[in-house]
Amino acid sequence: MALPQAKQDLTEARLAGLERPDGAGWAVAARDAAVARLRETGLPHRRDEYWKFTRPETLTDAQAPSAALFDTGDEAPIFETLDCVRIVFVDGVFDPEASDDLALEGVTIERLAEAQHTDIHWARDLYGALEERGQVPVPRTLAALNTAMASDGVLIRVTGAASKPVNLVYNHRSESSDAILHHVVKLEEGAELTVLENGPAAARFNKVMEIDVADRAGFQHVRTQGRDHERRAATHIFARLGQESVFKSFTMTANGVLTRNECVIELTGDDAVAHVAGACMGDGDFHHDDTVFITHDAERCESRQVFKKVLRNGAAGVFQGKILVKEGAQKTDGYQISQSLLLDEDSQFLAKPELEIYADDVACSHGSTSGAIDEEALFYLRARGVPKSIATDLLTLAFLAEAVEEIEDEALRDEIVTRLEGWLSRRRG
Amino acid sequence: MLEINNLHVDLEEEEKTILKGVNLSVEAGKVHAIMGPNGSGKSTLSYVLSGRDGYKVTEGTATLEGEDILGMEPEERAAAGLFMAFQYPVEIPGVGNMTFMRTALNAQRKARGQEEMSAADFLKLVREKAKDLKIDADMLKRPVNMGFSGGEKKRNEILQMAMLEPRMCILDETDSGLDVDAMKLVAEGVNGLRDAGRGFLVITHYQRLLNHIEPDVVHIMSDGRIIKSGGPELAIEVEENGYRDIKAEVA
Repeated sequence: MALPQAKQDLTEARLAGLERPDGAGWAVAARDAAVARLRETGLPHRRDEYWKFTRPETLTDAQAPSAALFDTGDEAPIFETLDCVRIVFVDGVFDPEASDDLALEGVTIERLAEAQHTDIHWARDLYGALEERGQVPVPRTLAALNTAMASDGVLIRVTGAASKPVNLVYNHRSESSDAILHHVVKLEEGAELTVLENGPAAARFNKVMEIDVADRAGFQHVRTQGRDHERRAATHIFARLGQESVFKSFTMTANGVLTRNECVIELTGDDAVAHVAGACMGDGDFHHDDTVFITHDAERCESRQVFKKVLRNGAAGVFQGKILVKEGAQKTDGYQISQSLLLDEDSQFLAKPELEIYADDVACSHGSTSGAIDEEALFYLRARGVPKSIATDLLTLAFLAEAVEEIEDEALRDEIVTRLEGWLSRRRG
Repeated sequence: MLEINNLHVDLEEEEKTILKGVNLSVEAGKVHAIMGPNGSGKSTLSYVLSGRDGYKVTEGTATLEGEDILGMEPEERAAAGLFMAFQYPVEIPGVGNMTFMRTALNAQRKARGQEEMSAADFLKLVREKAKDLKIDADMLKRPVNMGFSGGEKKRNEILQMAMLEPRMCILDETDSGLDVDAMKLVAEGVNGLRDAGRGFLVITHYQRLLNHIEPDVVHIMSDGRIIKSGGPELAIEVEENGYRDIKAEVA
């Protein structure tokens, strides 16, 4: 079927506004293929079923809407005190001064902008490959656009257990920045790595992270997206999991006029484990969309999706979560919960949980709820002398706790809880 | 300490009058008990005094040491020294019992212009008080009242009372759902807090709690009013003859 003219126009307009980075054979081929994928399906349009709850215009327009910079006051960047290899991007541009040496034992770290000029590179089999697999059955063409046009990113290959995390920091200093970054992470058999991400990134940010987790390897991901009010972001995680491997990703988001976080995971080896969780809170014109697609294509795998949203003053939250269990993926254990805490009647939460199962011996469950603060609990706390605003914060934190508890590492979990408490008390003013 | 004058209260949602002119004066150092049949308005009185939503005061006053409490937010009443032990303590998933008590204690201290208690001092104090009530470390660590038995919930209420050291304590049917041993433990906790500067209002349906917490004054409540007051012997009279005789007597 021919692409509708409107889609074709917006896709071409967006492509015309971008400069294709040059490179060597493998990178050029990957980018060419991505452009072809993009032209075949076109960028998302608001009539697309997959974009029913989130309007994509400002993510697809040729010109990025500007976003005022946000002063975080005396709040230090999260993860700053942790021992990490820190890699800093400012409005999508690598900042060598602020970044550490890209050196870590058992890990090779390179920039895409440099590696794409080498003739032979391990990333050639991965760059854009997991993204391409993720286009079926639902197109995710913002990710194809990313593969085609990403200006930079990091390529990380892990052969052992990394002694410390890699921290990707995204600073936002220009009101009109439009950044596209593409990261590739390859964990060899038995390897382990933690990737931390934080920062508002740009006025508009398109980011893809492809993660190949080999047999018995472990990947942990913790990211925060905050606190600029006007920033926009479309992010994609594409992960493929080998036998007995473990993948855990947690995202905390505060503010942001538009965020769409997609996570596409394929469990291809038996006994693999994938947990994806998110906690977000927003006010006013905040719109946050978590779209998750987990495919079970092996036996005895476990997947968990835990998403919590705190919304007030007309904020909107979206959750689209799917568990697809393929034929033969017996003993699958799939769990999905999405909940919202609506602090007033103007806010809304839209959820579309889906299960599609082609195996007969599986345990899958999903649930979705929207609710207000528990008045009984609120009164109990107040009757003991806790002021209403603090009591509301305590109950808000308690609501988010189930998602935060998905972070396995205690030090990282504490960092997140401390930050959440700080954000709540700042909001209280 | 606590002065209630001609208190009239309606339900907010429906046209229904629950309290029809309650007069009550609890002095410092005294334990007053209110007894009464179901639906007499006993629990409504405790809710209205603690500031729960859903009630409308149409007439009358309630003061704590001369301060009008009916115009205060629930947290302000607590900071002023009022404490209500709930008939049904609320379970709060995700909020640790210790965090809850420390937040409450420090919020009250702050409201009264006192310094916040340090984590170390708080820990020492809560352990000491918990020990007397046979509350173990696990109960302190768990989320508020989650997975607690009926007796454990009531002991947790008394622990909060001991930690917060209120001036005026209201116990709303604290004996409900307790076996004799649990009731004794709770009563010991309450008796340990009795002193010359503190007043108690014990609301109960049965006389048995009053065997363990001996009241100075007993009031009988019926149809939104206190219809008779007397000494501890009044509670025994109720236990033997029920409320019917007293109602008939004052009618």
